[in-house]
Order: sequence, then C-alpha cells, then structure tokens
Amino acid sequence: SLSRQTARSVSVDLNNDASLLIDIPDALCERDKVKFTVHTKTTLSCFQKLDFSVPRQHEDFIWLHDTLVETEDYAGLIIPPAPPKPDFESPREKMHKLGEGEATMTKEEYSKMKQELEAEYLAVFKKTVQVHEVFLQRLSSHPILSKDRNFQIFLEYDQDLSVRRKNAKETFGSFFKNMVKSADEVIISGIKEVDDFFEQEKTFLLDYSSKIKDSTAKAEKMTRSHKNVADDYIHISATLSSLSVDDNTKVEGRVASDEELKLTELLRYYMRDIQAAKDLLYRRARALADYENSNKALDKARLKSKDMAQAEEHQQQCLQKFDKLSESGKRELTSFKGRRVVAFRKNLIEMAELEIKHAKNNMALLQGCIELLKSN
Amino acid sequence: MLNSSLTYNVSVSGVFQRNPVAARTESFQPNTANGEEPADLFSEEDSGPAARSSNSPPGYKSSGVHSDDDSDLFAGVLSRNGFYCSFWKLLLFTHSFSLIQLEEDEVKDNFELDVAVTNPEKIGDGMNAYMAYKVSTVTTLPMFRNRTFSVWRRFSDFLGLYEKLSLKHSLNGCIIPPPPEKSVVGMTKVKVGKEDSSSADFVERRRAALERYLQRVVSHPSLLQDPDVREFLERDELPRAVSTQALSGAGFLKMINKASDAVNKMTIKINESDTWFDDKLQEVESEELQLRKLHTVVESLVNHRKELCGNTAVFAKSIAMLGTSEDNTALSRALSQLAEVEDKMEALHQAQAASDFFIFAELLADYIRLLGAVRGCFEQRMKAWQRWQESQSTLQKKREAEAKLLWANKPDKLQQAKEEITEWEGKVTQYERDFDRISVTVRKEVLRFEKEKSKDFKSQLVKYLESFLQSQQRLIKFWEAFLPEAKAIA
Repeated sequence: SLSRQTARSVSVDLNNDASLLIDIPDALCERDKVKFTVHTKTTLSCFQKLDFSVPRQHEDFIWLHDTLVETEDYAGLIIPPAPPKPDFESPREKMHKLGEGEATMTKEEYSKMKQELEAEYLAVFKKTVQVHEVFLQRLSSHPILSKDRNFQIFLEYDQDLSVRRKNAKETFGSFFKNMVKSADEVIISGIKEVDDFFEQEKTFLLDYSSKIKDSTAKAEKMTRSHKNVADDYIHISATLSSLSVDDNTKVEGRVASDEELKLTELLRYYMRDIQAAKDLLYRRARALADYENSNKALDKARLKSKDMAQAEEHQQQCLQKFDKLSESGKRELTSFKGRRVVAFRKNLIEMAELEIKHAKNNMALLQGCIELLKSN
Repeated sequence: MLNSSLTYNVSVSGVFQRNPVAARTESFQPNTANGEEPADLFSEEDSGPAARSSNSPPGYKSSGVHSDDDSDLFAGVLSRNGFYCSFWKLLLFTHSFSLIQLEEDEVKDNFELDVAVTNPEKIGDGMNAYMAYKVSTVTTLPMFRNRTFSVWRRFSDFLGLYEKLSLKHSLNGCIIPPPPEKSVVGMTKVKVGKEDSSSADFVERRRAALERYLQRVVSHPSLLQDPDVREFLERDELPRAVSTQALSGAGFLKMINKASDAVNKMTIKINESDTWFDDKLQEVESEELQLRKLHTVVESLVNHRKELCGNTAVFAKSIAMLGTSEDNTALSRALSQLAEVEDKMEALHQAQAASDFFIFAELLADYIRLLGAVRGCFEQRMKAWQRWQESQSTLQKKREAEAKLLWANKPDKLQQAKEEITEWEGKVTQYERDFDRISVTVRKEVLRFEKEKSKDFKSQLVKYLESFLQSQQRLIKFWEAFLPEAKAIA
C-alpha cells in the first residue's frame, strides 16, 4: 500500500474543477497485479454519493479507454492515451539475479543491492500509479468525456468490473487498434486536404511523431546507462565497506538523476498523446473518405436516377459527420498544442532546477571531503 | 584516554599495541614527553617492557581498523548520496593508515629528487618499431653529475631495471616496486600505426604507469642508492636489456605464487613468537583480494560511463531533431538549447570516465601489483627461515655422524667430520643472522609501504574528487544558462 504525492509534470492544470475531483490515493501491489484505489469527490448530481472509492485493476482502465475510442460520438476528440501496463519486469529480473548471486556477495553488498532494488520497485510502482491517475484526470477535465456514462460507471460501480468488461466486445477494440497502427500513416498522408489548418497539423504530427518516438527511445537508453553507473557505485561502496569496518550509513539517493528520468517520462507520455492525436486525424481522414465516396455514390445515383433521396441523405450525413469531426478536431488539436507546450515548459524548468540543486549539493559534499583529506 | 601522539609499545610477548588517535588534526611526533629516547624498534636487542604508560585498549593491534571516534565525525556529513558514501569509506580507509607512524626520522620525506616520464615518441616503423620515453630528473643529490638531466628510455629498459633490482635486493626482503605489465595487443596497435583513441589511451596509460613506477623506485631510500638506478637515470645509452623476455611484473609474480605454494607445503611450520608477520601477511592477502574486487567494479564503472557518454551524444542529436520539428518557436529553441547542454554533458562524462580510469582504476591496479611484491618479500623471509632451519638440521646430522664415528673409532674421518661441524656451525650462525636481518628489513619495508600507500591513496583521492568538483561546477554553469531558455517558453 502506498500513499500518493501530488507533484507531477507530465500534464498540468488537471483536477482543478471542484465539481469532479479524482485521485488514486492508494494502491496495492500483489505479485504483478496492481490494485488501484480510485477516489472521487464530486458535487455533480449524476453520482449517487459525494465522496467514494472503488478498487480497480489495470484491465478496467483499458476497458474504459477502449469503449471511449469505439464511441462514434467521440470520433472528433483526442482520447487520452491508455496507461501502459504496470511493468515490473526489470526490477523483478534484477531481484532474481540478486537472489542467485547472494552466495558470492558480502552481506553488506547484498543488503545494499536489495535496498536499491526495493527503491527501483517503488519507483516503477509510483510511476504506474501516476500514469493511471493522469488518465482519469484527463477525462474528468474534458468537457465532453467527463460526462461519459461508462466513465461514471468506472468511477462508481462498487462491484467487480471484470464481469461487465467481459460483456464488451474486446476483440473489436484491439482489431481496431491494430488497423489504426498499420494504416493510419498511409491514409492520413493520402488525403487531399482543403483545410490549411489540417494540412499543417498533418505534416507536423507525422513528423513530430517519429521524432518523439526516437527521442523517447534514446532517453530511455541514456537513463539506463545512468542507472548502470549508479549500480557500480553501490558495488564500490559495498566493497570499500569490507576494507574498513562496518558503518551504518544508508545508501540514499543515486547519482542517476531523477531529473533525467522525468524527461524520459515526459517524452514517453507525449509520444502516446501524439498517437492519440494522430488517431483523431485518422478518423477525420476516414470520414473525409466516406464523404468523398458518398459524393461519388450520389453522382452515380443521379446518373441512374435511382435511390437519389437515399444517396443524398447519406451524403448529407457524411458531410455532417466530417464537419463535426473537423470542428471538434480543430479545437482538440489546438488545446493539445497548448497543453504540450505548457507541460514541456514545466518539465524542462524543473529538470534544470533540479540539476543545479543536485550539483550544488554534490559540490558542498566534495569540498567537505577534499578539505578533510587535505587537512590531515 | 587520548595521547597526543602515536607510539609503538613493544611488550615482552612481542604483541604490538597502538594508541588510536581520534582527532584528525593532530600532528604526529615521537613521544619524548618523558625525556626518554624513543625506543629503537629496529635494534637487535629486545626493548624492555613498555616504558611509557600505555592507555591503549588491550589487544588492539595495528590492523588498519579505524576507531569508532572517526565514524562519528564523518557520519552525518556524507550519508546522503550513495556516491559520496563510497568516498567516505575510501576516506576512512586511507585515514586509518595515516594513523601509523614510524619512530625513525621523518626527514626523508623531503624529496631531493624528482623524476618525470614524458614525450612518448614512436621510433622506427612496422613490427620493429618501439616507443621511446623521455626520463627527466631534477635533483640536489651530490651523487649525480648534474642538477637536471634527461635521457631516452624504452619499455624494456624499465623492465631491465626491475630485474636488476630484484636480483640484488629482493633477497634482503625489500619491496621492489613492480613495473607495468607488458601488453602485446597494445603495442601491436601502436606498431602498426593505428592512430585511434584506443592506442593514444594505451600510450598515455603506459607513460603514466612508467612514471609512477620510477617515482616509487626513487622514493625508496635503499634503491635510490643503487648504482643501477643512477645509471638508468643518468647514462645516455643503456645496453639493451634482452633477458626481459622472461621477467615482467606478471612473470615475477607467478614465481612468487609458485614459491608460496611451496612454502605452504612445508612440513615445519614457522613458529613465531611474534605474530606480527602472520597477521600482517593475512592483512596483505585479504587487502589484495578486496582491491582486485574493487578494481573489477571500477573497470565496469569506466565502461558504463563510456556507454553513458555515447548514449548522451545520441540523445542530444535526437532532441535537436525534435526541436526542429517543434512548431512552437520558443519550445523549439529551448529544445535545441537542451541538445547543446546534453552535448556538453557528454563531454563531461567523457572527462569523468578518463578520471575514473587514469586516477582511480590505475591506482588500484598499481596497488594490486605492489601488494604482490609485498607478499614476495614475506616469501623471501620464509625462505631465509627455511634455510636457517635446514642448516640446523644438517648440523644436527653432522653431530650425529661425528658421534657415530667416535664410537666406531675412525680418526681420519673424525677430523673431516669435525671440520664439517665447524663449517655448519658457522652457517647456522650466519643464516640465523640473515633471518633476523631480513625480518627487520621486512618489518621496516612494510611500515614504510603502508605510509606511502596512505599518502598515495589520499593524494589520488583528492585529485579524483577535485576533478569531480570541477565537473559539477561546469554542470551548474550549463544548466544555469539553459534555465532562462526554458522559462521563456510560452
């Protein structure tokens, strides 16, 4: 079980509307399964109570995300990206290796490595809670999505959601997702764009998407290297302990900067968010394709003088759908841009400030060390 | 409880006791508070029971263990960051050795001779090529012709010097500083003219190692007096040392290890009235083990930091690309600034990796080799003891033989037997004296070595920490320059 901190810089300005406040104050980790406690405080009449909590699993979040994606009415919205599955693979593997190597290490070394691993577990844990929380808060702060019936069920339903989940068409959701992933680049770039805004957005998103994917991967590699260096310092520290007599200094903190981890998190989040934005473009492109097809069908019907009314109505529907998507899409993409810029700004400032603070601390310690050695 | 100085009290049983000094700013002086001469540890008579009052805790031996007082001083300051925790421990490790003091004059600390190894130059081409190093000496010692002079030497010359010194001095129980290892791979790269950073690194590593080797040789008071050392430093042309094929530092160490196996198989175990040697040897062996472990980890650190370097550079490029793709102008500029900062971080990591290696890793490697040499001199002492014991048993046999001859009444053989007995009596006396002398030397050498080691570790550690300090200072500058760019995002 874990109590939550509120600082986050991936997304800002969430959870400010008092009419619906959501957080995850508690979570339990049993083996791989994480149980989140979703806590809601609300003044809205659509809910039965004012303050309530429910237990939820990761799969419940995915179900919610997928149902939102599949909802036609939300085709013009950027659906917040689904939180990734809790991944304890890395610390678990390390823990396993540690157990195997226990015999060859000193007690000191073993306990230090164990401490370090526990810290890593904790970090992964905190991260996954945060990411699930942000997902819900994106929904609650969205004017349209916050009113979604399934969202309300998710927040309120005090029975096990997995029963309800199994009734939904899960397979359709994943099929849809796969389709999007393989086809969207082609479809989006193939569209004949009449609207300048969307033309620019398309170019920007496609380019930015591949670049941010790259940056995320490289940031992850860099962070891993930093971790390796930090681990080496733990080994050095432990070996030195066996050269001198035991002390009881705890190994706290690491050389690997949390600041860099933050940047990696930011990039990862926006990589997923960009994907969500691209999904919107895809849906709009599909709608445009439908509209163009309906035009062709109407022309054909006019030629044949057959089923004209039907074809006209279909064409009108397609046009309406397309216009609705374009209008809402424009709004969504503009606010997305603003959100992204604000988040990057906050994150970069925090990162720079932490780097400076960290380095100043280090300098003080180093100077102390050096003076100690020289004065002897 | 605290004496203001450090003394050695030699009690009758021969167990060393030591008064720990907790405060770190005390200066060390021989204890002449009672107006007595400090006991000369290295005279041949036993000192009487401790003449000075001893407040040392019973059984506290000079085992390199630091007192509890020390840990209190350091504990709070450095506990925060794991990285600094490791330096805190290294600090204690070196600190504990600085508590050891010799009773003899500290005068020899003023260095009257400085030696440097510089300007590596490749001579010749192809597989016959070699590196020549300039060995420059600055000295006030009268035994040299000039005050400053330089000569050119190649690697095999250094090995040759080591061989000569070993042959002459190791039998006395001297700790001969070992030279750096031979490296076929490294040298081949240099020979075939591979002009990359790895062969430049190799040459620099070797140059620095050769310099440290010479500095250790000349700081040894007996070795400095050796004419071979003088010749090495001064003579323009040295005859080529050819037999260095067989003996390198590693080769000599292998010999030692074989010898130690032989010693262990000895049926007669040395019966020490003074456990100092046993304890010290154990200490040395365990320390060597720890240093080897540490060295492995530090090598891993160097590699990981090099990886970090590479990954940071790659990341910087990627962020720069992201910046060009970003349509918000201020954010775009900030991202390209970030890319520049990360580039600078890469350079910092690079410098730090070099520091890790050239200062920290090489220090450990040096001392692993040196500890091997220390073990070597313990082995020499064992051999001396063995020789003495064997001569005693030979003498015994001769006496028995004489007794038999007396009984058998063979007068001419008897004369020979008596001569042999005299001869062996002389040998026994001589070998006993040799053994005592080597014991004294070994003890002196080890104490001197520990002092040097403590000084060495301390000064290298200061260097290492100062390089870190510098890198942190630069890091702060980079990020402080970046901060306004980040704040300007709108």
